[in-house]
Amino acid sequence: MAEPARARTSRPRRRSAAAWALAPAWIVVVVAYLGTMAWTVVISFTPSKLLPVYTFVGFDQYARLFTSDRWQVSLWHLLIFGVLFIACCLVTGFLLAVALDQKVRFENTFRTIFLYPYSMSFIVTGLIWQWLMNPGLGIQNTVRGWGWQGFTFDWAVNSRMAVFALVIAAVWQASGLVMALMLAGLRGVDAELWKAARVDGIPAWRVYVSIILPILAPTIATATVLLSIAVIKVYDLVVALTNGGPGTSSEMPAKFIMDNLGFRQNIGLATSAATVMLITVVCLVTPWLYRTYFRSQAGRT
Amino acid sequence: MLASSRALAVGMLAGLAFAGSALAQDKPRAEVMHWWTSGGESAAVKVLAEQYTKAGGEWVDAAIAGGEAARAAAINRIVGGKPPTASQFNTGKQFDDLVTQGLLNTLDEVAEQGKWKSFLPPSFVDAASRDGHFYAVPINVHGQNWAFYSKPVLDKAGVTAVPKTWDEFFAAMDKIKAAGLIPIAQGGQPWQERILFNVVLLSVGKDVYNKIYVERSADAVKSPEFRKAVEIYGRMRDYVDPGSPGRNWNDATALLITGKAGVQFMGDWAKGEFKAAGKVADQDFYCQVGLDGTDLMIGGDVFVFPKTSDPGQVKAQTLLASTMLTPETQLLFNIQKGSMPVRGDVDAGKLDACAQKGMKLLADPAHQTAVSDMLISADLTGSLQDVLTNFWNDKGQSVDDLLAKFAAALQSGD
Repeated sequence: MAEPARARTSRPRRRSAAAWALAPAWIVVVVAYLGTMAWTVVISFTPSKLLPVYTFVGFDQYARLFTSDRWQVSLWHLLIFGVLFIACCLVTGFLLAVALDQKVRFENTFRTIFLYPYSMSFIVTGLIWQWLMNPGLGIQNTVRGWGWQGFTFDWAVNSRMAVFALVIAAVWQASGLVMALMLAGLRGVDAELWKAARVDGIPAWRVYVSIILPILAPTIATATVLLSIAVIKVYDLVVALTNGGPGTSSEMPAKFIMDNLGFRQNIGLATSAATVMLITVVCLVTPWLYRTYFRSQAGRT
Repeated sequence: MLASSRALAVGMLAGLAFAGSALAQDKPRAEVMHWWTSGGESAAVKVLAEQYTKAGGEWVDAAIAGGEAARAAAINRIVGGKPPTASQFNTGKQFDDLVTQGLLNTLDEVAEQGKWKSFLPPSFVDAASRDGHFYAVPINVHGQNWAFYSKPVLDKAGVTAVPKTWDEFFAAMDKIKAAGLIPIAQGGQPWQERILFNVVLLSVGKDVYNKIYVERSADAVKSPEFRKAVEIYGRMRDYVDPGSPGRNWNDATALLITGKAGVQFMGDWAKGEFKAAGKVADQDFYCQVGLDGTDLMIGGDVFVFPKTSDPGQVKAQTLLASTMLTPETQLLFNIQKGSMPVRGDVDAGKLDACAQKGMKLLADPAHQTAVSDMLISADLTGSLQDVLTNFWNDKGQSVDDLLAKFAAALQSGD
């Protein structure tokens, strides 16, 4: 159909022009992304301490990594945090979106309020919740001040609850984003569907569960991928809220990596941990991204 | 006429500008990276900056909060080819790799001219040099095993004297607890928990302390002294307030200053906070080395000077290095910092009562021990710290758990 317009410039020349235009992007991808990744992997096979050295020691760093208590506990925390964070965000975000979709008054105001935390840095979120959950300053102190002396809410300083304190703060921050995505999805649902369901006398909750949720599947997938990336990266929230403590009860892999890069002067171990994280992400997220985005496009053409 | 006068004016301006730039070039400009950001610390940095300006230099302050963050930033800049003129490190092994990779300038000439070897204690000559070359300027000596007691709190609780044994100590803590105050003001960060343990260990068994950190002997972990230290350390957890986890050291010091807590075990940098709050040693607070005042655990800060061939920078480095060690700078700086001068020949009479106690111990090598991070690598320090902080924060762990994990950590890493 568009052939006459295209005929003016020959295909190879157009391609080369496009290639030239993309060259800076390719350089960035190759040097800044792939290059640094490759370098990280290389360093992980060396005994580098404070500075990188290039004598190779095979898998020594990996062996040490996987016998390290702190690394194992970090992975375990990441799993707990990841599952709870993603599940809670999806549920809360969906419920908020459904509530806002009921044509409530002041919808814009509510939307802004719910989305507001997402615009904040994790450092700010972490600090706010650190104060709220500190027994000497925050909620516990206030409630006790009202007269309820037995009240306890000290999750940020309680070694059994610190991971869950991280989940609360992170969910508080990220649910708004999920809500915005879901709301957009809900607004995309054909109004005819609702009319038909009403004519058939199907209760609203049933419509949401059996009809709307399947329609929202791509939105849910997108939200999940975004949240998963936040899970792998979680660092600043940990530093601001618990700093990995008390003890090592809320350590996370990213913090393990940063600690070994900095204070512990152990670049080799840090890069091996970073490589393990990279491989995990590649193994878990790539097939998912491929299924969600590329295969559906391939099916369309 | 008009034109020529204008030309003259332009010429004069240009001349002035030239003279100005020449002046700016004459002034050696030193960008100094450090992590001294608390109230007492920044007062001390100000002294350094003033002394450097007085010596004819221009001080550019690059403060980064937190030692770990500051060192990481300095290393990044050194490796990235845009090093600062000077950068702070702790006395010890932290900058070993920088030396072996040839990333630091030596200070042999300045040291020769200033006759550093004549006034620096031998242990500090060793700490500042590698293979016979000076690579660092030691600027202060910190005692890390001080106990600070709040006088108003001791009075209120009816504690009449600073305790000298662990039994007396816990008796005093019980009294403070009974008076409704916080007995031990502990900053709940892993490095502070590490320092606290080392204070206890040194007080219980100096030999064991050295066997562990110098020889890395796992047998020493099985000794009765080590077990006793762990027991005391574990018992201390009952005397800490619930708000402790995550608390900064200076916030813990503030609990003493405001009369809310009885004792803090901390390095003498805490004294800078007392000073900044207008509190006087022996009047508003008591200070004691360790538990009974016998062994001083010494560490300190040094500045290293990253490799550069820029003559202006070399000049700035030379001037800075010599300024830092003049008797005047040493005295003024350490008064503010709460630490002790590295020169034995300054007038100690001007230092506070605590520093004078410290200087006495400093004069006799038999009463000194190096802090653990001067003896073992940052990597091993970190591994041991993980074990200690887990024990401190998990009351479910037994003494035997800690012994096993500590011995294992001592043999892993390097």
